[in-house]
Amino acid sequence: MTVQNTILVDNRPPRSVQSSMTKLSGWAIVIAILAWSWEGADMRPMALITDAGNMATLAGDFFPPNFADWRLYLEEIVVTFHLAVWGTFLAVICAVPFGILSSENIAPWWIYQPVRRVMDACRAINEVVFAMLFVVSVGLGPFAGVLALWVHTTGVLAKLFSEAVEAIDPQPVEGIRSTGATVIEEVIFGVIPQVLPLWISYSLYRFESNVRSATVLGIVGAGGIGVVLWEMIRGFYFAQTCAIMILIIISVTAIDLVSQRLRKLFV
Amino acid sequence: MIQIKQLTKTFKNTKGLDNINATVESGEMVALIGSSGSGKSTLMRHICGLMCCDTDSGGQIEVLSRIMQRDGQLSKNARKVRTEVGVIFQQFNLVDRLSVMTNVLMGALGRVPTWRSVSNLFPPAERRLGMESLARVGMADKAWQRASTLSGGQQQRVAIARALTQRARVLLADEPIASLDPESSRIVMDILAQIHREDKITVVVSLHQVEYAIRYCPRTIALRQGRVVYDGPSTALTPSFLKEIYGSETEELFSPAVDNAMRHQSKNTQNQPAPAPAAA
Ligand SMILES: Nc1ncnc2c1ncn2[C@@H]1O[C@H](COP(=O)(O)OP(=O)(O)OP(=O)(O)O)[C@@H](O)[C@H]1O
Ligand SMILES: [Mg+2]
Repeated sequence: MTVQNTILVDNRPPRSVQSSMTKLSGWAIVIAILAWSWEGADMRPMALITDAGNMATLAGDFFPPNFADWRLYLEEIVVTFHLAVWGTFLAVICAVPFGILSSENIAPWWIYQPVRRVMDACRAINEVVFAMLFVVSVGLGPFAGVLALWVHTTGVLAKLFSEAVEAIDPQPVEGIRSTGATVIEEVIFGVIPQVLPLWISYSLYRFESNVRSATVLGIVGAGGIGVVLWEMIRGFYFAQTCAIMILIIISVTAIDLVSQRLRKLFV
Repeated sequence: MIQIKQLTKTFKNTKGLDNINATVESGEMVALIGSSGSGKSTLMRHICGLMCCDTDSGGQIEVLSRIMQRDGQLSKNARKVRTEVGVIFQQFNLVDRLSVMTNVLMGALGRVPTWRSVSNLFPPAERRLGMESLARVGMADKAWQRASTLSGGQQQRVAIARALTQRARVLLADEPIASLDPESSRIVMDILAQIHREDKITVVVSLHQVEYAIRYCPRTIALRQGRVVYDGPSTALTPSFLKEIYGSETEELFSPAVDNAMRHQSKNTQNQPAPAPAAA
């Protein structure tokens, strides 16, 4: 037996046994979680078959779509767009300082820790929940939606922004620091030029997803196409519902495409 | 000009600097030599206040008779002191995405109020000084290019222009030529020698190759494993003397490029080329 053989015999089997063990236990955990969640999620696959007739009727009611009120729908979609624009814009403005303040390589721990926790909270709570709260405080309408998107998106973007800041090359920043610059100047001239393309890309991406979220906000009364959509579903006007959904799909897709193009320019 | 007392810096398990004591007088041009890992960069970073020495070690650095750091704590007016100390780095440390001119104007940050600088409203006099500084290093025609589009030697000249715009009275150059080819190295060293002569700027330059120290600097401080092993005239640095203080490390200091530096175009083996800037 050569030395090489011994090494093979010694090394290979334990390693592969170990990796297959981790794989197996990984799968076991996944299956256990799925099984545990079955009841809670009220899984009734048979209902798909027994209620198939119901669903077919419902689907049938959707067609042909009724575009009679298309002007109203378009107006509301534009409102939805406006709402997403302002919600995202305000969030970007706030995410810049909060993102920088929650970066380990810029702020001391007693600043970035609390800022991060606040941002975590903004992110953890869904826009719809914020929308309900703001509807209560500022009343029904798009402004409640703007506020909801603003708060939630600030939390999301601050995290993304700070991740970009933590990945910068520290050398140019030291170059600036060595001239006797203040911390603010270090950030503006040393950090921001490095992260700007990524920040713009993240902001546009969040704008896309905010347009999508904004269509839902109306359901809780926070303005936009969602309000109309909810009215139609509640009134069982499925042909109109279908028309609205088609318009949403078209406009959201168009916005996504444009925004994707823009993002490519920056990265 | 620069006073270093009892400077000790301990990294996790190694002594980066071990009780360094040195004084650099006004108007000197001093070389700092040593093999890789001898502590040149660490010492430079301490002098310009980018790094602090061990706490309660009694270590102290004064620049221009003002304390930069003491006992491991940066002095309160370290930022003010920094405005008078120009620093040139091995990797140039320019901001890639900004124009050459903006990079040079960074030298004025210490004098210009923050509200002006952040709104890019540098006073005309500062812009003029920036342009003059670029002209002195022969880079005026590149003022509006992005820094990232320049070669290493050109970036290093821009970094020198930044120090000139800073009106620095002390210039610390940490291996300014380690990432450059011999021709660019010569240009950069000539510019350093020239501004030293014309502007009476005190220069401390760390170098890998003894031959540059001998050619450009009357005095040399030699480091080995964080200690000063020689401090005196560069002319004394004969190969045999270096062998005495560095032993087997001598080869690294007397690279095969000794006098062939100008003849061999592509010698750049001392150090890795600049790493790619962090993905933006
Ligand atoms: N931030 C750090 N953390 C831990 N160790 C460090 C750090 N910086 C430097 N060192 C160590 O201190 C010693 C001196 O390093 P330094 O970079 O000052 O050497 P140098 O003379 O500049 O070398 P080179 O010619 O390679 O640039 C080395 O052993 C290095 O590993
Ligand atoms: Mg070094």
